[in-house]
Amino acid sequence: MNRISRLAYLMAVYLFLYAPIFVLVAYSFNDSSYSMLWQGFTLRWYHSLIENIDLQVVAFHSLLVGVLAATGATSIGTLAAVSLYRYNFFGKKLLHALIFILIISPDIVIGISLLILFSTLKISLGFWSLLLSHITFCIPFVTVTVYSRLAGQDKNLFEAAKDLGATEGTIFRRILIPLLWPAIIAGWLLSFTLSLDDVIISFFVTGPEFDILPLKIFSMVRVGVKPEVNALCSVLFGLTLALVLAYQYCTWKKRS
Amino acid sequence: MNNIIELKGVSKYYHDHPVLQDIDLEVKNREFLTILGPSGCGKTTLLRLISGFETPSSGTILMKGKDVSELPAPLRHVNTVFQSYALFPHMNVFENVAFGLRCQHLPKDEIDHRVREALRMVKLEHLILRKPHQLSGGQQQRIAIARAVVNKPLVLLLDEPLSSLDYRLRKTMQMELKQLQSDLGITFILVTHDQEEALSTADRVVIMNHGLIEQIGTPRAVYEEPENLHVAQFVGEVNIFNAKVLAISPDTIEVEFEGKQFTLKNSKNFSEAEFLYILLRPEDLEVWGVNEVQNPENMYSANVVQVIYKGSTVDLILKLKSGTQILATQFFNEDDEKLDFRLGESVWVCWRSGWEVILANDTR
Repeated sequence: MNRISRLAYLMAVYLFLYAPIFVLVAYSFNDSSYSMLWQGFTLRWYHSLIENIDLQVVAFHSLLVGVLAATGATSIGTLAAVSLYRYNFFGKKLLHALIFILIISPDIVIGISLLILFSTLKISLGFWSLLLSHITFCIPFVTVTVYSRLAGQDKNLFEAAKDLGATEGTIFRRILIPLLWPAIIAGWLLSFTLSLDDVIISFFVTGPEFDILPLKIFSMVRVGVKPEVNALCSVLFGLTLALVLAYQYCTWKKRS
Repeated sequence: MNNIIELKGVSKYYHDHPVLQDIDLEVKNREFLTILGPSGCGKTTLLRLISGFETPSSGTILMKGKDVSELPAPLRHVNTVFQSYALFPHMNVFENVAFGLRCQHLPKDEIDHRVREALRMVKLEHLILRKPHQLSGGQQQRIAIARAVVNKPLVLLLDEPLSSLDYRLRKTMQMELKQLQSDLGITFILVTHDQEEALSTADRVVIMNHGLIEQIGTPRAVYEEPENLHVAQFVGEVNIFNAKVLAISPDTIEVEFEGKQFTLKNSKNFSEAEFLYILLRPEDLEVWGVNEVQNPENMYSANVVQVIYKGSTVDLILKLKSGTQILATQFFNEDDEKLDFRLGESVWVCWRSGWEVILANDTR
């Protein structure tokens, strides 16, 4: 293949992946309430987004759950990865396999089973049930991310540290955490994104008094896609992009 | 107390599979002990038992006379240099070397002083702020050694520390290790599968096979007086002949091998009709051209099969009349300057009498 056709092929791939998102972003600036035709540039929808207090509360809920769930899942998931890698205990292999099963099991199964669990334990649906559920489904992703980085390390590093007199606490603080830092951040970001856009599990486990963004958007589009939703989604996309770029910048800076 | 470490009847099993069996070993203070054996012979396990990463299935390990069999690694005054170096990739050279001292919570000044001293010892003071990935293999190796010796261990354990270096660097590092050991005045225990490395570094060599110690002795002893066939074959090249005792007298034995009879010293009380192995090192063999010999009575006739020129020596693969192939190493010296052998040439072979090693053949 020559250069031009190779470039064209690459562009086609990018187009396939990102064209829908750019269409959405473009329409968020469209000065028309219903028409799919371009009526001129406007920031009207962003203004109405800012003025929509209701939507802001919901967005805050989502961010709060996202940050807390990502932090909780990252802490537990990292510890799980470290113990799976470093220690031998009863049922270790089973636990390792179960983590992968959790990743591939359908959201609807997790959602319904969590709902049954909460109603059996008489936990009222709302903030806490939602947070616990999000932590639960994020943990395996963190564990897998952190474990794969751990598996790439020289096992002798930990023996060398022990040999030099380090306690388990010192090894964790001074060897494991610095080595795993990129994977821990990646795991956190992954959890945050997963939590932010989860619809199916959240639908089952949250209550009416604690609404979150994906569910709100879902209910808004049931009566047709409003340009306000486009604006909201553009903001979310921008936020995600900024996070990814920030992460890339951090790792790039560390390497150079 | 002359012995810094003593192993008494130490065995190690993994899932009922024996890795080490009934090991007795005494390590003298301030000696350079090298454990030599093929991979899978249990030599690394032996090292890990001493370092405390493994506990023996049975038997005791004494360190300075105290039983340390159950003592975890950080509480034994030994440090290990790993085969993969295991330098902490996120720390610079200073932090790597200082790690052990920081674990002991020493004052900052003392850490600084001792780290610099250790780095001076391995001649890498100028690389103090580098990260491990910015160092060459040899430099990483030296940092790994500095990181271990900075803790002033009683014994330094080295697990195949030179195996990933190239040949020339390995030679240099062997000499440096030897020098370092005498400078520090502590015991070094080095594990290797390289017999040349074992002979050139060690005060004493321990030869292991299948989880057992085959022989312990000075490099010279294990090379010149191997106690069994495995030791002889593992340490250096050797030609092995099957022989039979024809007659004995108090001092000598009459043996026959490869169709000729010889009178040899009766060093190990052999009995009549016993089967023996006669071991001859390639460098103990003399090879002469047919025209150079007047009286070939005690010599074997052979044909040159292969000539391998090695610079200071020439290795010859010779085929005896019986079809046995043997290896002979010839040196360039005043007796024989040309060493000009052609393939297929007929030659006479003999050995320097008295340099042979005679072992009983238990398999017959």
